[in-house]
Amino acid sequence: MTLPKHLHDKVEKYSKKYKITDKEKAETARRVEEKYEKAKISPGEAIGIITAESFGEPSTQLTLDVFHFAGVSEMQVTVGLPRLIEIFDARKRPSTPRMELKLKAKYSKTTDMVREIAMKIKETKLGDVAQEITINVAKANIEIVLDKKKLRELDIKPKAVFDKIVTEMKSLEVKGGDESIIIKPKEKDLLLSEIYKLKEKAKQIHVRGLEGVTHVLPVKDENGYTILCAGSNLEQALELEEVEKETIMTNDIFEVSKIFGIEGAREAIIREATKVLKDQGISIDVRHIMLLVDVMTMTGNIKGITRTGITGEKESVIARATFETPIKHLINASLIGERDDLNSVVENVILNQPVPLGTGLPGLIAKTADMEKDE
Amino acid sequence: MEEKQTIIKHVLVPQHVKLSEEQKQEVLKKYNISSKQLPRIKNDDPALKMIEVKIGDVIMIKRKSPTIGESEYYRVVVNG
Repeated sequence: MTLPKHLHDKVEKYSKKYKITDKEKAETARRVEEKYEKAKISPGEAIGIITAESFGEPSTQLTLDVFHFAGVSEMQVTVGLPRLIEIFDARKRPSTPRMELKLKAKYSKTTDMVREIAMKIKETKLGDVAQEITINVAKANIEIVLDKKKLRELDIKPKAVFDKIVTEMKSLEVKGGDESIIIKPKEKDLLLSEIYKLKEKAKQIHVRGLEGVTHVLPVKDENGYTILCAGSNLEQALELEEVEKETIMTNDIFEVSKIFGIEGAREAIIREATKVLKDQGISIDVRHIMLLVDVMTMTGNIKGITRTGITGEKESVIARATFETPIKHLINASLIGERDDLNSVVENVILNQPVPLGTGLPGLIAKTADMEKDE
Repeated sequence: MEEKQTIIKHVLVPQHVKLSEEQKQEVLKKYNISSKQLPRIKNDDPALKMIEVKIGDVIMIKRKSPTIGESEYYRVVVNG
């Protein structure tokens, strides 16, 4: 019995449901197995080309717009073809990073509670809670007046802001109380332009929240609250007490790879790609996506389908030259005397030879008369 | 320790199991390949933090597959 487990289970389930005899069940299993064996891809089948075609045709129907407003939210999301290209080219950062954090049930009882958590997740910078930040030219220092109303709204203590400035700016003298904080460079005779730079730097001091998360939006669904974040910071999100850690999702594939490893990244790419296609009402069999992703993650790193990624790592010179920048590849190869064993498809097409696919794959082994004599 | 636990538990991360030397040979024989031909996983991969691995070990990954329920995949540990 070589039937995969899930098919085997299904046969068991349905034979119980329709109360068939053991003999009939055996026959069912046999027929299922027959179908299963027939559905298998035979050796030499050009699955890569089938995948390419399966992606190529429907992708002409994807939207070309880069941005789109996702329903009720005001957050921008890259969708359609630009996003698909982003995923398969394995760009280091998505153009619109996004994160979904599902709240634990005990933290999502009231809307106030949820809003509070959302505000805690959103990144707050010093510039956001300061009423004004001014440079005192005569004393060569910077005065930060805190916005009390804002602080109360966000439930941040002035002391916390003060401590944060002290830890973030070690080279400075920090003085002040609840209302205003004065920061002064330790070394004297600083140019005004340098103090100005310092002021700009002070504005960016991170006070609270996840770094990089610029917008938050709590969304309610049947299973409770989910907080959608514009901007992604998986590492810090995992430290949040209120969030279901097992289901945190981000669209930043490299971040997933860094924190969850290559297999996590593989799964994330499949989900992202499927989501993009599904949103556009296009159905591509998941096997095609899985094949593509398995190739992308084969080396243990994520490699995009670009000339610096997997295509650039092909063994054959001619195959690489067929993709992009042919002259460069051919010149480099001839300079170092590279060898091409013509093991794959494209190079053989170029040289007008049978390709190693389908019936072109198996070679012929024959016994010569000499060999027979040896035996 | 806390963080390691979450990594293993996340929905995106399938179970990683280190194969013994015998199991490894069995897999290689089954597919008629050498371990160099297997897909790779780096030895500093976060998913391997819980398991002790050395270069050349074969890791079996139990994936949840949308097509056949559960599938097994193999990766060989390489220097990352």
